[in-house]
Amino acid sequence: MAAGKIDPMHQFMIAPLSGDQLATTPFQFTNSALWMLIVFGVIVAFMWGGLKRQLVPGRWQAAVELLTGFVDNITRDSIGPEGRRFLPWVFTAFTFILASNWLGAMPFGIVPAAHPFTVTSQFTVTGAMSVISFAIVLGVGLWKHKLRFFSLFVPHGTPLALTFFVAPIEFVSFMVRPFSLGLRPFIAMFAGHILLDVFGNFVVQGMNAGGPMGYGVSLLTFVFAIFIGALELMVGAIQAFVFALLTSLYINDAVNLH
Amino acid sequence: MDLASAQVLGAGLAAIGVGAAGVGVGNVFGSFLQGALRNPAAAAGQTGTLYIGFACAELLGLMAFAVAMIILYAR
Repeated sequence: MAAGKIDPMHQFMIAPLSGDQLATTPFQFTNSALWMLIVFGVIVAFMWGGLKRQLVPGRWQAAVELLTGFVDNITRDSIGPEGRRFLPWVFTAFTFILASNWLGAMPFGIVPAAHPFTVTSQFTVTGAMSVISFAIVLGVGLWKHKLRFFSLFVPHGTPLALTFFVAPIEFVSFMVRPFSLGLRPFIAMFAGHILLDVFGNFVVQGMNAGGPMGYGVSLLTFVFAIFIGALELMVGAIQAFVFALLTSLYINDAVNLH
Repeated sequence: MDLASAQVLGAGLAAIGVGAAGVGVGNVFGSFLQGALRNPAAAAGQTGTLYIGFACAELLGLMAFAVAMIILYAR
């Protein structure tokens, strides 16, 4: 029985849908692009179905209002009344990360040649989103407070002697933000999908090996894989929530200097 | 020591970090519960902070796991 080497990295490969070399032209329609479009389509379809403006919302409209109200609450709670102006970006980031996390975890692989691709498992995507968040923070902070924005690095009531120690630390912690913000959803999806892949391989290899030991391992890992699938859905939602929450907290720092 | 056994050992060592993150996540939720049971009225407003702490602790464990897998399956 071919045990084979498990190759959990294969699922993250970005490949053009037609043809097999990226070198011919840099603009190819890849599986990543396809799944971004699918995620976009799902979000638009979901929102479109709920935008009925009925006085008594139906089920679908209630779901959409729940989503928009949830994100609206995040921005309002952490930024304050000015939070509405930043709602478009926070809402976009939240729904995009949530939808791609969940769509990527769906078992479309049962249908042959229909492999789901988790867009957020690429650092280029989440990194670009965190850079946008960081750019908003810098832009809003500098535009609103001009050079007083740099008082962000000196917390309120710092003794003068300590300022020279605190300011560099605050500066480093400020500059690390875009990395940690983008790394978090990426690594969560990356690790989760590796885990699912490895466990799935254990199931298959245990069955191939046969015998009470093989089937026992297979059954045990299958049960584990179900729980990890559920955990993956939860982590996908939490990561989207944390991205939205941290983005609005950072924007809050820029809008209302602390 | 050949490369294959070094890979397996390295992956096992890297997996220790997952256990450390487990301590961290348990600490986050445990501390939250301690506070929440003493003052349940204030607990509802702090779930956002709870999940930030959870995500920060969880991230490090996931990174340890990803590093272990990269070491294990690097070619």
